[in-house]
Amino acid sequence: MTVEVVIFVLMGLTALGGAITVVMARNPVYSGLGLLGTMLSLAVIYVSQLAHFVAAIQVIVYAGAVMTLFLFVIMMIGVDVAEDTAENLPRQRLVVGVLAAAVVGFAVYLGVSQGFDWVPAASGEPVAEATNGTVQAIGERLFSTWVLAFEATALLLTVAAAGAIALAYFRRRRAVRE
Amino acid sequence: MTDWYMLLAAALFTIGAMGILVRRNALVMFMCVELMLNAVNLTLVSAGRALGSLDGQLATFFVLVVAAAEVVIGLAIIVAIFRHRDTASVDELSELKG
Repeated sequence: MTVEVVIFVLMGLTALGGAITVVMARNPVYSGLGLLGTMLSLAVIYVSQLAHFVAAIQVIVYAGAVMTLFLFVIMMIGVDVAEDTAENLPRQRLVVGVLAAAVVGFAVYLGVSQGFDWVPAASGEPVAEATNGTVQAIGERLFSTWVLAFEATALLLTVAAAGAIALAYFRRRRAVRE
Repeated sequence: MTDWYMLLAAALFTIGAMGILVRRNALVMFMCVELMLNAVNLTLVSAGRALGSLDGQLATFFVLVVAAAEVVIGLAIIVAIFRHRDTASVDELSELKG
């Protein structure tokens, strides 16, 4: 338990720092690295929660594939274009800040007033074996109970790949025609 | 312990939503969407653990797949817009015509 608390505090702070970097950094590359830090910290938190498979795909898919894609696109469009800081909507940042503080305050208030009893069935210690997310345990459920959703994701990925190719291909054809 | 995981996820989600509202760079806004999806994943894993069920982790898996597909399409659109308009700032893209 204490180990989990230590890991949670360390990785939670890193995740929050990365998230703030994403929003505050002027340079998109720093934003990307902040997001990378958040994703890796969350992967460590998943390991401490026995979600081994989720942690693995978090590192491989998110920190690996998605972030690489982001950095590729940043390289393509360049980082030298400075984002203008003038506000088109009056007092947008102030309103957003107040709104965010209100939402977080409401969440904390809900937690405190309910005595942090957010998940009703959390009475008693959870059985570690039941939530041990090994590849075998995840795979057995994935290919039995969740098989329809799994097939749907196959369709989704095919459509996404075809869509990305179409976006690139039709642009090139129009450019040739012009 | 679950409550603290939920609070961390709420904070991450709020930071992501704030980023969407404040930033103008389409790429950074996209990263904020990823941040919010990550926060939701954390709630799914923690709640699943507190309930003693593996289904939270499976839902996380599907969220991850959807996020990957979304990144592919979104970045393709951003690149296409950039080639066409030479900007990635959403303020410059406020008209609904090429």
